Amino acid sequence: MNKVEAKKVKKGKVVRYNKWGYIFLVPFVVTYLVFQLVPMVSTIFNSFFENYRSGLTQIGPNFVGLDNYKSLLGNSDVWKYLKNTAIMWIMGFIPQILLALLLANWFSNVRLKLKGLGFFKTVIYLPNLIMASAFAMLFFALFSDNGPVNAILINMGVISEPYRFMSHVWSTRGLVAFMNFLMWFGNTTILLMAGIMGIDMNLFEAAEVDGAKPTKVFTLITLPLLRPILIYVVITSLIGGIQMFDVPQILTSGSGAPVNSSMTLIMYLNKHLFSKNYGMGGAMSVLLFFITGILSVIVFKITSKKED
Amino acid sequence: MSSNKSREDNGIGIKTRRAISYIVLVLVTVLCLFWFYLLFLYTTKTHNEIQLGFSAVPGSNFVENWMNLIKGTLPILTGLLNSLFVSTACVVCSTYFSAMTAYSIHAYNFKFKQAMFTFILVVMMIPTQVTALGFLRLVDGMNLKNSFIPLIIPTIAAPMTFYYIKQYMESALPLEIIEASRIDGSGEFMTFNRIVLPMLKPALAVQAIFTFVQTWNNYFMPALILNDDKKKTLPILIAQLRSADWLKFDMGQVYMMIAFSIFPVIVVYLCLSKHIVQGIALGSVKG
Repeated sequence: MNKVEAKKVKKGKVVRYNKWGYIFLVPFVVTYLVFQLVPMVSTIFNSFFENYRSGLTQIGPNFVGLDNYKSLLGNSDVWKYLKNTAIMWIMGFIPQILLALLLANWFSNVRLKLKGLGFFKTVIYLPNLIMASAFAMLFFALFSDNGPVNAILINMGVISEPYRFMSHVWSTRGLVAFMNFLMWFGNTTILLMAGIMGIDMNLFEAAEVDGAKPTKVFTLITLPLLRPILIYVVITSLIGGIQMFDVPQILTSGSGAPVNSSMTLIMYLNKHLFSKNYGMGGAMSVLLFFITGILSVIVFKITSKKED
Repeated sequence: MSSNKSREDNGIGIKTRRAISYIVLVLVTVLCLFWFYLLFLYTTKTHNEIQLGFSAVPGSNFVENWMNLIKGTLPILTGLLNSLFVSTACVVCSTYFSAMTAYSIHAYNFKFKQAMFTFILVVMMIPTQVTALGFLRLVDGMNLKNSFIPLIIPTIAAPMTFYYIKQYMESALPLEIIEASRIDGSGEFMTFNRIVLPMLKPALAVQAIFTFVQTWNNYFMPALILNDDKKKTLPILIAQLRSADWLKFDMGQVYMMIAFSIFPVIVVYLCLSKHIVQGIALGSVKG
């Protein structure tokens, strides 16, 4: 009987304490409501209105239903920018994941026993922390027509006159992709390494005893067991790729030059935000929201499955 | 060691593999650091030396470039102070309140606890850009353009930081300690501030660094909110430098300006790199 009573008292106490759970949640909930949820609703709301400036005259706001979506999706521009974003993401991501897999595999290999791992990890993660806009500005200066890279290439006799990196479609895209690759492969390496470290070491030892070659161990043990983390890395990187903005924006000064071939989705959204075209900007945001929403749900499914 | 020998017959020997690894790693290191070497090299040169073509020998114009930059037209010292202020304020808001949110979910039992946790995880991935339009209209409506408030206050709700601290609490914050402090008569708020926060120090430090770097580097939102020269942060000034007719600039100064925004983060990183590199792996993937 005593025990039950004690339990009762404890329960009463716990309930009394638990109101603090709500109190401690207040700052988060209030901030989230005001600065995230209200803006989100307002963004969706705005997407149904015609509301922009044409010269000095303000057009709207007039309710136009789904017209903004129709003109957004009916226009070839947004598809072009989606394609640009996808191309630059893929060009950066493929070398990134390949190098990251290779390095992660080496770093976590017990038999290789590489020295100076702390140093290498520090170095490869460094570009991730650099201000993307400053990094883009640096590359713009280094790869400019009479910048150091051209000068070095001429000195080495690779080219005879400066190559105009910013005037060609694929060199501009290549530079954006290269910067993204450089900024993110270290991060990916460290994530994959944590994943490989999580694999049961006995499996590797057993494979070695059976005389499996390192490449076999990698393709038959490491890769399959790394699958959940690989998917996580791919999708989070994809979400990051959709947000690609700072690097191409600064590199091309917001123009997406040459001929809009490096204009990304967020750069397009940014244009609408600056010119205060709220209707089209809203429709564009909702589109981006759906794309990232779907991807986030997939990430969420993977991460919650892992915890089971 | 002797057992290794027989295995070396399988494919390439371990020594060769090790040699290849080191060569690739050195190449990767060069690939990462080369750009910063060029940047540093060019901050030491005069505009004319830079135009003459490439030479790996550092110039002697470092101090002069620095003085020119400070006296120049871009308000970079104000920019630096603005960046420092915004980043520090964001760090304080984001880590303190995220710890509070995580504590609420970790230490208490209430009706919507699980729902709330799931909700935060779901919204974690939504980028700020997709709500930027509504956010800007809200900022306009509140008359907060050219104010730091809309950059700082929203970081109170930082789902990523929350998630990291929550993960850390699961391994490092036993509920018995909270129980014990209750018996000692400490109020809940006091317990959180005096007992829980100090125990979370390692996690808070990692998140403080990440939040700082993120805000320091943030360009998208500040560029849309701040357009008064006195309020601009460093990334906005960099963008301004790019969109100006930059060929007319003294290139030594341009490089100095880039270095000025990059090197503080590099220095902080090199001092704290151990914690940072550990932090990435801990936060995102658990085992």
